[in-house]
Amino acid sequence: MHVLRVDLLFQIAGIGIFISVLNIVLKQAGKEEQAQMLTLVGVVIVLLLILQLLGDLFTSIRAIFNLY
Amino acid sequence: MMVFGVIATIFIVLIRQSRPELAQLLSIGVGLAIVIYVLGYLKMIIDIITDLALQAEINTVFLRILMRVIGVAYLAEFGAQICKDAGDVNIAAKIEFAGKILILIMAIPILVAILEGIINFIP
Repeated sequence: MHVLRVDLLFQIAGIGIFISVLNIVLKQAGKEEQAQMLTLVGVVIVLLLILQLLGDLFTSIRAIFNLY
Repeated sequence: MMVFGVIATIFIVLIRQSRPELAQLLSIGVGLAIVIYVLGYLKMIIDIITDLALQAEINTVFLRILMRVIGVAYLAEFGAQICKDAGDVNIAAKIEFAGKILILIMAIPILVAILEGIINFIP
C-alpha cells in the first residue's frame, strides 16, 4: 500500500500497443485466424493482471473494514 | 496522482482506436490502482476514528457495524461504476440495489437496539 502502481499502467498500455502492431502485421500477412487468437491472448493476459489487482483490493478492504 | 490520471487517459484514448476491449480493461486497472493507493490513507483515518471512539467509550459493536456498512457502500459504488463504464447500466443498478439490501441487513442490530430503547422508554 501507499504505492501507486504506475508499472501496471505501462504494462497494460504496452501490451495494448504491442498487440495492435502485431495484429496489423498478421492481417497484412493474411493470417486472420492468428490475429484473432492474438487478440484473445492479449485480453486474457491483461485480465489476469487486473484480476490480481482486484484480489489485492478485496483483501485490503476486507482487512480495513473487517468484513467477513 | 494527477499526472498518473493524465498519462492513463492518454494511453486509454490511444488504445481505444484499435483495441477497445483492452482500453476498457486498462481504465478498470487504473481505477483499481488509484483506489488501492488511497486505501492506505483510509486505513489511517479509520484507525484514528476507532481510537477516538474507544476513548469516548462508545459501544464497539456499533462501531464495527458502521465500518462494515461503509466498506460495503464503497465496494458497491466501485463495482457499479465499473459496470456503468462498460456500458451496462442495468447490472450497475442491480449492484447498487444489492449493496443497499446488504447494508440494511448489516444495520438491523442497530435498528433493533433503537426500537428496544424506545419500547423500554415508553411504558
